[in-house]
Amino acid sequence: MNNEIVACFPQWANYSHAFKYLFEHGFDVKYMTPPPITKRTLELGSKNSPDYVCAPFKYCLGCYIEALQNGANCLMQIFGACRLNYYGELSEQILRDMGYNFHFFNMANIKWTSPRSIMENLRVVNPEVSLVKVVKALPTTLRIIKVIDKFDNYIRHNVGFEVKEGEMESVYKEFSDKLDNLKNGRELSKLAKTYYKKIKQVQLNKPAKTYKVGMVGDYYTVQEPFSNYFMEKELAKMGMEVYRDMNLTNTLVHNQWKKRKKTAKKYAKYSMGATANFTVAETLMYARAGMDGIIQVKSFGCTPEIDAMPVLQNISRDYKIPVLHFSFDSQTSETGVKTRLEAFYDMVVARQK
Amino acid sequence: MKIGIPRALLYYKNEKLWTTFFDELGVEYIISPETNKEIVNAGANLAIDETCLPTKILLGHIDWLKDKCDMVFLPRVATAHGYGMCTKFLAQTDLVSNTFREHKLKLVFYNIDKRGTKAEYKAFKKMGKFLGFKRSQIKFAFFTAKQAQLYYEMFRTQNQERILQESKKNKVLVLAHAYNIADAFIGEPIVRALKQLDCEPIIAEYCDAKTCIKASTEISKTLPWAYNKHLVGAVSLLKDKVDGIVILTTFPCGPDSMVNEMIMHKVKNVPILVLTMDAQDATAGIETRLESYVDIINFKKERENE
Repeated sequence: MNNEIVACFPQWANYSHAFKYLFEHGFDVKYMTPPPITKRTLELGSKNSPDYVCAPFKYCLGCYIEALQNGANCLMQIFGACRLNYYGELSEQILRDMGYNFHFFNMANIKWTSPRSIMENLRVVNPEVSLVKVVKALPTTLRIIKVIDKFDNYIRHNVGFEVKEGEMESVYKEFSDKLDNLKNGRELSKLAKTYYKKIKQVQLNKPAKTYKVGMVGDYYTVQEPFSNYFMEKELAKMGMEVYRDMNLTNTLVHNQWKKRKKTAKKYAKYSMGATANFTVAETLMYARAGMDGIIQVKSFGCTPEIDAMPVLQNISRDYKIPVLHFSFDSQTSETGVKTRLEAFYDMVVARQK
Repeated sequence: MKIGIPRALLYYKNEKLWTTFFDELGVEYIISPETNKEIVNAGANLAIDETCLPTKILLGHIDWLKDKCDMVFLPRVATAHGYGMCTKFLAQTDLVSNTFREHKLKLVFYNIDKRGTKAEYKAFKKMGKFLGFKRSQIKFAFFTAKQAQLYYEMFRTQNQERILQESKKNKVLVLAHAYNIADAFIGEPIVRALKQLDCEPIIAEYCDAKTCIKASTEISKTLPWAYNKHLVGAVSLLKDKVDGIVILTTFPCGPDSMVNEMIMHKVKNVPILVLTMDAQDATAGIETRLESYVDIINFKKERENE
């Protein structure tokens, strides 16, 4: 194995810029931006993973394999409240049995109460890691995440009403290219300011009354555009304003868990596991805000989201708001998704009249 | 006041604890019958398509109970043995109260949210007070019930250890959750079929939970679910003592979908058969698969003897 460490985290929305900053400035290792997800990624992933594991596992495994083929040698996985907790160990085992040689930084291994365990696990990434540097890089990383989410939110609300199509995307692309070569936190504020101005200057043709739709769903599927068949884009093309509150800002930087649990209390008294309470609370928030429809996306067999579905149906009945459920596996057809979205749009428009 | 206990999910883990507790307090209760086709169908109609089979069965049992009692007993258990649980145990009270909202179904339950030894007693105390009993009554009933459950499990474990040592038949370790192996619709036909094929089914669930959980680190270190840890630990303890392993899963069980794969990757020299059950029963197909599996075990044994 080459001595140079190349770290890689699976493709997940636009957050690779933040991870890149953390690993290059905090851990002092090279970071490889994961190759964008394609059909091949998913095929590789589903070929090597168990049959009815949730789709995000398949995406992650496919990403790992492609990254290893491209020269990464340090992979990582986060932990979570559901099956995500076990992703790390299982994917490591599968990849090792496939014959790959790599380091694996598994956050589920860390005992957070023991400093020794934390250091031991951080040393998996880089044996000479300095904790001071990692901690110093963290605030900027979190700020990058916030900036990315702010941009994404603005685009989500407005991209459907562009006068010249694709203008926003080109501004965003320029911005994210610059974000990749970020040196320090001060630079970030300047960059964010200039590009936020630029993206606001993009000409919009927004009618007074727009159709608003809220997106809820499981952590990965709702955030990663490929895994929900670019649904946000599709909705924007129809001229809809898309709202989505499930992002890293609301779960990691400013954790909204307690607030969301309180909001959901009327329907779900207790924690229902993983993102279920987020889904319920956000659906309620959107319903109260008077949105025209709600779309729930989830991967097939996601237990917390399935448990939230009867609750969403009750909310739908109480607030008279349409809720559309999508369940994605590795073999959902693109045309099927499109047809259902078009029908949903027609229904939303018809309800307004 | 009559309490209805659904014979599903956690019932199979706490059977004696619950019944003794209510007996000691003198609360009248009924337990729904063994799972049958009607109950499964009723549950499948009520549930979302993708829900796992045990949850569908739970809904079916509650559907059976809903007109026959005043309150349905359905606890929420978020941790066991200091480890996490599958999210369906966290969500089941909310799930049921939302599914049966039109029926105005009343639920009575205890809620174990925190880790630690006293959490269970505190949860029971709260439930007992809700039912209108004194603290001393609840304390006595709980500890009697806990002892009954403990002795019941100990007896089961010892009995199985004796079988494991004495039996000369082919020993097959059956790996399934408590609520699957003891269910009349899922597990019982498999155990019966194994006995008919002249095998000795060793139930992983009957092994001692604490030793198993300790032993499970040999196969998997970061496994988060207590019940799966129990089963995986049984594999690492018994894999050299049995002739084969049958993994019985329900579709689409979240934890099992990953843990089964892990077992397949780690345990190499024992023949493993994975059976997946769903709401459509097809016992004939499963019998054929078990027959050929037992043939493989016999074939392997003959080869080793030569």
